[in-house]
Amino acid sequence: MLQIHCPYCNETREEEEFTYGGEAHITRPLDPESLSDAEWGDYLFFRKNPRGLHHEMWNHAAGCRKYFNVTRNTVSYEILESYPMGAKPSVTAETGDKN
Amino acid sequence: MQRNRLATGGRIDRQQSVSFTFNGKTYQGFKGDTLASALLANGVDVVARSFKYGRPRGIVGHGAEEPNAIFQLGKGAETVPNLRATQVELYEGLDAYSTSGWPSVDFDVMGSLGALGRLMPPGFYYKTFMRPKKLWMTYEHFIRKAAGLGKAPLEADPDTYDKLNQHCDVLVVGAGPAGIAAAREAASTGARVIIADEQNEMGGSLLASTHSIGDQLAATWLVEQLAELSALDNVLLLPRSTVFGYYDHNFLAVLERRTDHLGLTADKGSRQRMHRVRAKQVVLATGAIERPLVFANNDVPGVMLASSVSTYVNRYGVAPGTALVVFTTNDKAYQTAIDWHQSGRIVKAVVDSRPAPCGAIVKAVQALGIAVITGSGVIDVVGKKRVQAAKIAALSDDGQEIRGEIQTLECDLIASSGGWSPAIHLSSHTGAKPRWNDSVVGFVPGESMQQERSAGAGKGTFSTAACLYEGASAGVEAAKLAGFGDGLVSFVTPSTQELPEEAQQALFLVPHTKTSSRAPAQFVDYQLDVTAAGIELAAREGYESVEHVKRYTAMGFGTDQGKLGNINGMAILSKALGQSMPETGTTIFRPSYTPSTFGAIAGRDVRALFDPERYTATHRWHESKGAAWEDVGQWKRPWYFPRGSESIHDAVNRECLAVRNSVGILDASTLGKIDIQGPDAAEFITRIYTNSYLKLAAGKCRYGVMLKEDGMIFDDGVTACLGENHYLMFTTTGGAAGVLAWLELWVQTEWPELQVYFTSVTDHWTTATVTGPNARKVIAKVCEDVDLSAEAFKFMDWRDGTVAGVKARIFRISFTGELSYEVNVPAHYGRHIWEALVSAGEEFDITPYGTETMHVLRAEKGFIIAGQDTDGSVTPADMNMNWVVGKTKTFSFLGKRSLARSDSARENRKQLVGLKTLEPSTVLPEGAQIVNDPNEPIPMAMQGHVTSSYFSANLNHSIAMAVVKGGLTRMGEVVYCPLADGRTVAAEIVSSVFYDPKGERQNV
Repeated sequence: MLQIHCPYCNETREEEEFTYGGEAHITRPLDPESLSDAEWGDYLFFRKNPRGLHHEMWNHAAGCRKYFNVTRNTVSYEILESYPMGAKPSVTAETGDKN
Repeated sequence: MQRNRLATGGRIDRQQSVSFTFNGKTYQGFKGDTLASALLANGVDVVARSFKYGRPRGIVGHGAEEPNAIFQLGKGAETVPNLRATQVELYEGLDAYSTSGWPSVDFDVMGSLGALGRLMPPGFYYKTFMRPKKLWMTYEHFIRKAAGLGKAPLEADPDTYDKLNQHCDVLVVGAGPAGIAAAREAASTGARVIIADEQNEMGGSLLASTHSIGDQLAATWLVEQLAELSALDNVLLLPRSTVFGYYDHNFLAVLERRTDHLGLTADKGSRQRMHRVRAKQVVLATGAIERPLVFANNDVPGVMLASSVSTYVNRYGVAPGTALVVFTTNDKAYQTAIDWHQSGRIVKAVVDSRPAPCGAIVKAVQALGIAVITGSGVIDVVGKKRVQAAKIAALSDDGQEIRGEIQTLECDLIASSGGWSPAIHLSSHTGAKPRWNDSVVGFVPGESMQQERSAGAGKGTFSTAACLYEGASAGVEAAKLAGFGDGLVSFVTPSTQELPEEAQQALFLVPHTKTSSRAPAQFVDYQLDVTAAGIELAAREGYESVEHVKRYTAMGFGTDQGKLGNINGMAILSKALGQSMPETGTTIFRPSYTPSTFGAIAGRDVRALFDPERYTATHRWHESKGAAWEDVGQWKRPWYFPRGSESIHDAVNRECLAVRNSVGILDASTLGKIDIQGPDAAEFITRIYTNSYLKLAAGKCRYGVMLKEDGMIFDDGVTACLGENHYLMFTTTGGAAGVLAWLELWVQTEWPELQVYFTSVTDHWTTATVTGPNARKVIAKVCEDVDLSAEAFKFMDWRDGTVAGVKARIFRISFTGELSYEVNVPAHYGRHIWEALVSAGEEFDITPYGTETMHVLRAEKGFIIAGQDTDGSVTPADMNMNWVVGKTKTFSFLGKRSLARSDSARENRKQLVGLKTLEPSTVLPEGAQIVNDPNEPIPMAMQGHVTSSYFSANLNHSIAMAVVKGGLTRMGEVVYCPLADGRTVAAEIVSSVFYDPKGERQNV
């Protein structure tokens, strides 16, 4: 069971308090009607499934009910950071796993 | 008479005799015995019959590894299956049964016939599952009866269980020498330490040791250490506690058996407790499990692990036999010969596979006058229900071939040792990949994936002195990383006078004069009857991956997870494939280390504490009227209100007629309610719903449909404008939580610039729906400050007012198609307002109705229920609801773009229609499949399915809603529903609105 840091509560809490929100940093297209079916389909259905670092949303459902972002290693399940909505990750696959 | 009980010795209390029964027969043992030691003391040889071949089986081990003595305890509600007799502490009145063997373990029909073995070659499951499928049902019944899987109780568990969340700096798993040293050292830094051990007494290998530590006996040293540890405030000792799983982020599950040693049920308090431990650092001091050697007939009762024989002698004062042959590949098992000799019984010989062992302990054994037969092996066993003799042959230097004559040595006990396998299970749970170590001749823990380290035998370190030192080092290291101490060991390792050891030999399968396939069975996995020949066959049939061979042969699939057999099996596979052990690798251990009870995992989270029941404010009133209940999510809703001996059918018909002809009242409090406020509330709601709320005026309501981004309907409901920047959104009962989360998701992640706020107010309000032609007259009697006239208070309006003296919101919205008023009052006034409305309605015979009538009435009107008529794959157009989709909205609302996707927009999608059965009284089952031609050969072309179906008392015929391919263009066509019972029901496609198609009745 994961321990997750909520950047709004500034608390590290048990996974039971949170729900998973899927891949982070997917922006809804501003003008959906201008997209082809294929482009809209990419936004709708296609998600990354990396072996390694993954940026994903979590919701502190049984806490402050805020969504926030987490960088998690999908192999070790280590969580490298939590950061608020709108912020950028400080650890990415490009900058590398700190470990 | 306990004929195998030694006169002295052991950690048992000879003053406390304990009587128990096994398979109905009464025996005596002592306090401190396990069920296994007591059975051995009483000379019970055969305790089980094997899974496939029905062979007699005896006790092999002394701990978690035991594969044979797996019993059922007790009967009825408190019965417990699948317990290892080696881990069951004896108590007065203990009542145990073998789960295998029919009619008894002593005379087993299958064993006499050898029946199943021939039916079940390796790969049996695999081949059977493949085809023909039908036969599996036949096999399964037979196998389950024969296999001895134990029986789960049918009654509710009488015990309570609980859970404790624990946090500590250092968790030490295992309280042998390494674990105790680790706990001691970690605790000395001030760190909070938990030390857990699965046995009733802490001490691990020291409990059966005859050695000294420093100038003390091991047992005395142990007492002192444990006393010191227990005196510390920062240490929690958990005996009888199995750490059965190691999960993410250093979360470990510990099952503490609090009262199992006293009886099957707890007199008071909880029977078992699950400690959910979040540890900053972990020390795994889990010890090692001795590995048996694989030779022909190695499963005859009387063949045991060498360390188990020593344990029974030293710890329990039990000598499970008279004349012993030790068969070993290493120095350690010589200790068993010494222990046996000192118990006063005969050691026939030590048979050592190594060509020329001459270590100190070998010499010590020889000095006792015990014969040591070197360069040899036990290749076969004489005896059926008990060992009668061992067949011994000289082996080649590498142990792989037989050289020379076979001699037979009479004995009744064979103690075998092929070395020790570190208990790497918990390390494996973390994802660490085990590494093969040639000198250990076993897998050792791989690189740590979590904040843990191993110490002692669990890491392949076997001498007591080295275990103590390694444990102490691991303890200080863990403490330092957790923020305590300087990482330096203060512990002075005491001297242990252990003899230096010579190298062991890597031998697993002992050769026979015949090949494995022709020799008597050489068992690898006792619990599932997997033999060396079976593994070799799997290799011949082309299986190369150890994971595949495991599944093909079922090796390691028993409740013991192959604790004894797996390494031997992998070695046999490696040899058959001509590769090394590291090349073959190992299967992955997963939780649980030993089986854990569901009760402990559930703890107090059972029944209402697992899934709470939610009651509305008028629940007790419904109860007093004899309501039948329907569970809707967690809510208890009245389903119908039977009068006298009415059936559901009678009651629902009466309720339906009452609403359409006079007036009914429904408790609609469970509908989700979300209060939405903020300057951008209208804009936000308009982006979420398919239609627009920008121009919805205060006092008005509007029905909306919510889509996911894929364009599919996910919820629906009415939203009312309460005032400027203030709205109340109604959701379906089951969808309330999901809708709130959906709203929060969008405003937080995508549109943070919108100022809009949500509050769930579902429980704050009681909603009483008064509906029917006489509804206005009823409301008028209790409400004087609202103009109820059709002109002033129209359909889809809402008004503030006072109802029976309580401030209320009255909504003119309708789910029945009748004139309706939904009266909302703060929930505290719910019962009051409900009773006021019921008594006001008395003169109109106001009829309380439940969810079933609500469903029928809305289906008569063709109103959908999101989640019943929709299933996440239908668009508003599919539901014939394009009228609810705003065409001119400037913002591309959620799901809009998807409605134009090629698949959403294609022809011939399933569309909502009504179905009228040609035989009017036949009610189609919901979920019935629809076809065009009932005589079409299978597979028939599916046209859709029935989503809702009822008998309508108002129309006096059945009505159904269904989704049918291209249904909206097929009005009047007849389709067919072939049912599971063989009937085929014909029905005509009609409009989904069966009653009052123009909607006149709600607009009065």
